[in-house]
Amino acid sequence: MSYRVGVPRSLAYYSFFPLWNSFFEELGCEVLVSRESNKGVLDDGVKETVNDACVPIKLYHGHVKDLKHKVDYLFVPRLVSLDGKETTCPKFLGLPDMVKHSIKDLPPLIDLRLDLRKGKFELWKFFKRLGEKLGKSTWEVFKAYVKSKKIYYRHQKLLEKKASPELAWKIIKGEKSEEELNKMVAENPVKIALLGYPYTIYDPYISVDLLDKCKKMSVDVLTVENIPGKELLRQKKKLSKEMFWYYSNNTIRACLYLLEKKMVDGVIHVTAFGCGPDAMVDKFLEIECKNQGNIPFMTVAIDEHTGDAGMSTRLEAFVDMLNRKRGFK
Amino acid sequence: MRKVSFPKMGPSYIAFKMMLEEFGHEPIEPPVPSKRTLSYGTTHSPEFACLPFKVLTGTYLEVLEKGADMLVSSGGVGPCRAGYYGKMHEKILNDLGYNPELVIFDPPLRAPWDFFKKTRKLKGKTSWYRTADILKRTWKKLIALDDLEIKASKVRPRQKNYGAASKALNKGFSYIEEARNAKEIEEARVEGLSLLENVKDNSEYEPIKVGLIGEIYVVLEPSVNADIEEMLGEMGVEVNRSIYLTSWTRDNTVADGEKDIKEAAKPYLDQLIGGHGQNSIGETVLYGEKGFDGVVHLAPFTCIPEIVSKSIMPKVSKDYDIPVLTLFLDEQTGKAGIKTRIEAFVDLMRKKRRKEVG
Ligand code: SF4
Repeated sequence: MSYRVGVPRSLAYYSFFPLWNSFFEELGCEVLVSRESNKGVLDDGVKETVNDACVPIKLYHGHVKDLKHKVDYLFVPRLVSLDGKETTCPKFLGLPDMVKHSIKDLPPLIDLRLDLRKGKFELWKFFKRLGEKLGKSTWEVFKAYVKSKKIYYRHQKLLEKKASPELAWKIIKGEKSEEELNKMVAENPVKIALLGYPYTIYDPYISVDLLDKCKKMSVDVLTVENIPGKELLRQKKKLSKEMFWYYSNNTIRACLYLLEKKMVDGVIHVTAFGCGPDAMVDKFLEIECKNQGNIPFMTVAIDEHTGDAGMSTRLEAFVDMLNRKRGFK
Repeated sequence: MRKVSFPKMGPSYIAFKMMLEEFGHEPIEPPVPSKRTLSYGTTHSPEFACLPFKVLTGTYLEVLEKGADMLVSSGGVGPCRAGYYGKMHEKILNDLGYNPELVIFDPPLRAPWDFFKKTRKLKGKTSWYRTADILKRTWKKLIALDDLEIKASKVRPRQKNYGAASKALNKGFSYIEEARNAKEIEEARVEGLSLLENVKDNSEYEPIKVGLIGEIYVVLEPSVNADIEEMLGEMGVEVNRSIYLTSWTRDNTVADGEKDIKEAAKPYLDQLIGGHGQNSIGETVLYGEKGFDGVVHLAPFTCIPEIVSKSIMPKVSKDYDIPVLTLFLDEQTGKAGIKTRIEAFVDLMRKKRRKEVG
């Protein structure tokens, strides 16, 4: 029997959807992704969560609610460690529990734990358990696993070529060609880094379309995902003690890399209001940008009330300033 | 001789001061966190850093002004932010032009070598033999301080004269402060306890009982939690605090150690999330099982593990029929605001108990 699996379009989804979606589909499941974030989804989430939570977590609850009556299973994995070293933010760690205890009438959750610190084959074991839950044979699961991993790596490679996750996905599906990507990657003189977590940067609703706004202003934008994983890892040795959170470390490493290579004229840090780790990350980036070549730095804190107009004004002012610095205009 | 300072956390400074003196340093006593501390702290900390971080930033700046050149604090290994405090503070202080030496102790079991190196740094020329003795006495002092506080929380709600227990407690603290060798410390402890014992009481009064849980710093430092323990005590409530600096060697806390707490939390939160998050859930379960009248849950504003635990708390509270009051504290939290909420909560617990009895 084939199941309908619901996948909330939020948080780690933005890093792993090529892997998850392909895996479920390979196994013959129907994947139902929640609709794109919008006011309704967010309002729904806000209702279910404590007001001290960050927007991404509130939003996630909204996405869960969007799916709850439509699916046989809800995929809310407990992502403990995604790189075998650090863990994710404590809210990720407690996510299935928060969801379970705050939203009523949920379909069965798939809340399997993924902790890559446990050993080399943990990812495989995770998928194997997942397949078992869905009643599939080991062989079927293995095939799906291999295939979806391939797709995931291909996706990563395209991100490194500066594709957005969405475009990369279209290329994989054959809806767009790689040449188009090459054409799209413009070479503008002013380059900025848009740093932050994929679930804020790539969710157009929650980031009030920041990424697109930047691109429309004729600046080159680099995100954490555009930097090869190996390069990020190399930055590790610059710190005597790293932070504990996967996404935060990636953000910091990306910044250090871009500063080292002198690749950007300015850095924008996008952070969610009330994000715990970011309280540290933000100050860290600010000080590093100052100490390494006095690179202009701007923090954009977003919450459920962030307005479009204010954001545009700030962004324009920042880009104008970078342009002037470069001697344009 | 170095001028060494450390964050203030309840009366523990009494023990740490002695330790530093005996290692041959000049201790710079950390001030009780005040408005000034907080305003220093908020100006120079990230906006969304949690309250303890800001208090520590402020404290460090104040003691640096007083000439401290070495700061000692505890670290952590995540996934809560506290473990990164030290590094971050170093960065911020350097950025402000201060270059103190920061000695951050991570838990000894996770990094034994590191712990050893830091102890060696702190002890200076003191022999290891003497160091062991100094550490032992410091520990004894910490235990004595905790014992007095535990006793005071039992005496306070039953006292006849308002404030008498706190007065006795402070007197006891001063005895401990003066004591030096093991024998003196023990005497000071016994003497302090008997002072509290002798506070006049209403012996037939049966106070309602509350568990006090939450993030360690805001639970242990009265100046940032509006003296909540005393406040509750003066309202006639017996407070059972879940965390004492020396608690893991004791049997008179709620449970026989962390393991039970974690077990109790499992059905609700099956994952270590750093900080005190999982404990908060587990302790509430245990207080519920033991028939406490309520739980007061303290957390710094933006504290991630506590946000997780707060979102699960309503379910625990319902399942165990135990009211829980969560207070998120930040630099703006005023004593008056807390008092109103505590009063309402105490009222609720009283009514509930009357209903159950009557
Ligand atoms: S990392 Fe920050 S934004 Fe992301 S879930 Fe944790 S607190 Fe929220």
